[in-house]
Amino acid sequence: MSALTELTELTAAEAVAKIRTRELDAGELFEAYRGRAAADDLNAYTWVADAAPDPLPGPDTPLAGLPLAVKDLFCTIGVPSQAGSKILQGYRPPYTATVVANLLEAGSTLLGKTNQDEFAMGSSTENSAFGPVLNPWDRRRVPGGSSGGSAAAVAAGLAPWAIGTDTGGSIRQPAALCGIVGLKPTYGACSRYGMIAFASSLDQAGPLTRDVTDSALLLARMVGHDPRDSTSIAMPEPIRTPTAADLRGIRLGVPEELLGGADEGAGIEPGVRESFEQALKLAEGLGATVDTCRLPHAPHALSAYYLIAPAEASANLARFDGVRYGLRVGGDSDLVTMYGRTRGEGFGAEVKRRIMLGTYALSSGYYDAYYGTALKVRTKIAEDFKAVFSEFDFVVTPTSPWTAFELGSKTDDPLAMYLNDFCTVPMPLAGIPAISIPSGLSDGLPVGFQLAGPAFSENRMLNAAYALERAIGFDAAAARA
Amino acid sequence: MLERAQVLHVANLARLALDDAELDKMAVELSAVLEHVDTIRQLDLTDVEPTSHAVDLAGVMRADEPVPCLDRDAVLAAAPEPVDGGFGVPSPGPSAE
Repeated sequence: MSALTELTELTAAEAVAKIRTRELDAGELFEAYRGRAAADDLNAYTWVADAAPDPLPGPDTPLAGLPLAVKDLFCTIGVPSQAGSKILQGYRPPYTATVVANLLEAGSTLLGKTNQDEFAMGSSTENSAFGPVLNPWDRRRVPGGSSGGSAAAVAAGLAPWAIGTDTGGSIRQPAALCGIVGLKPTYGACSRYGMIAFASSLDQAGPLTRDVTDSALLLARMVGHDPRDSTSIAMPEPIRTPTAADLRGIRLGVPEELLGGADEGAGIEPGVRESFEQALKLAEGLGATVDTCRLPHAPHALSAYYLIAPAEASANLARFDGVRYGLRVGGDSDLVTMYGRTRGEGFGAEVKRRIMLGTYALSSGYYDAYYGTALKVRTKIAEDFKAVFSEFDFVVTPTSPWTAFELGSKTDDPLAMYLNDFCTVPMPLAGIPAISIPSGLSDGLPVGFQLAGPAFSENRMLNAAYALERAIGFDAAAARA
Repeated sequence: MLERAQVLHVANLARLALDDAELDKMAVELSAVLEHVDTIRQLDLTDVEPTSHAVDLAGVMRADEPVPCLDRDAVLAAAPEPVDGGFGVPSPGPSAE
């Protein structure tokens, strides 16, 4: 193993500690990762920095100059921010997203921008205008999505850590399929300013990291109220480094509606179920109690989500009209023709599908039947969680019903692709936080274990995930080879 | 099953120029999704209030302090057709609805 490889074997927290004690130079670390990112053969990156920033943030800054991979849809000043879309090809925004600015302020350095499903719409990163991302565990398979580039980059050791966004599972599901840790914070914990919007009432930024400790370290510097996002909320307490050694007194609820997902056609794979049940046994061994719980409306979350998110997207994506940024097609015709041709040629098939679905659900005569009904289901889903959290600390499920699937195997059936989100959509509808940690392998592919807690329970959730992570002892080194 | 005319109407509302093959494919795919989501219409949701947002934050105000705005040239640098310091657009034309 070369010295450079050894550097990239460190977790982010380990690297920060070594930089702080001057055992490691942040510039050397940046160059080690930059070299790996520039040689990326997974298509995880859409842009990689030419050099480390000069000067580098000091070794005593909170994040000590550690390189960061950033999902393409975060605006970064002067750096391509294309949201995986042809309609924004070459777009270099004149400002930086608050979450990225917070991390740079804390001593992060921008390593690169990562590939994603176009406008975060997808569960496989096959919907990127810049080509699909490959899963480092098996290059014939998808990394999940929509933050698939971020997840693959972290899993393959092409970045120490990354940020992504989660609207219906877009951090947690790729984290699960790539064998890393992905956290979706409470809605409002991270500012959405400068995040190219998909569904504004659901979108949340969050960390994708090698382990739970790194997740806490990165999240701690992402959160905070931002006057430029009126829906952002100050965390009631700072995010702390998790230290829990056990799960004594922790009550885990297994929602029978999500585990019996076969009724909905989401059928949890036997290998995934087995890994999930082994993790539950380990949790019990650590002192947790495990019992079934009821989320009666959870099976309807997917339907509500696939009305609400497209409805919001149809409004948010109206801004891509060939006037202020990005592509323009048919500029020599009249205005309305130009709008239609720009959008018709600039958006990919999945984005068009969701805009159409959302426009239909909001259109005169259908609004109450579809969008209005979905909003009421959202109320019931939030009430279900509230009731469960009066008796349980966390709801636990497999993150994804399946392990990483083969490239192209679900692209012809949008509905089958949507079913992948069965266990991850209820949480953003309720605005609550959730984390996915690797629970093991099934046929050589990683399986994700999801914990979801009440709003602003991030510290307790990170502690529980940390204790469980240590008991599971998942080894992801193979993906970095 | 959505009819092609309905799909075309929605595409016009969404300002999406779709070719014939796309319209036909969209009719099939949207119908499949709508059939799936239709199950929620069978739920009894009488007296249930809608939730449009997970966090109830009404009327958030900030201090009304002037701050510099983005630089005009930097903003226009991203525009496909800047004209005289503004965004150039084609004529509204006869097809404007």
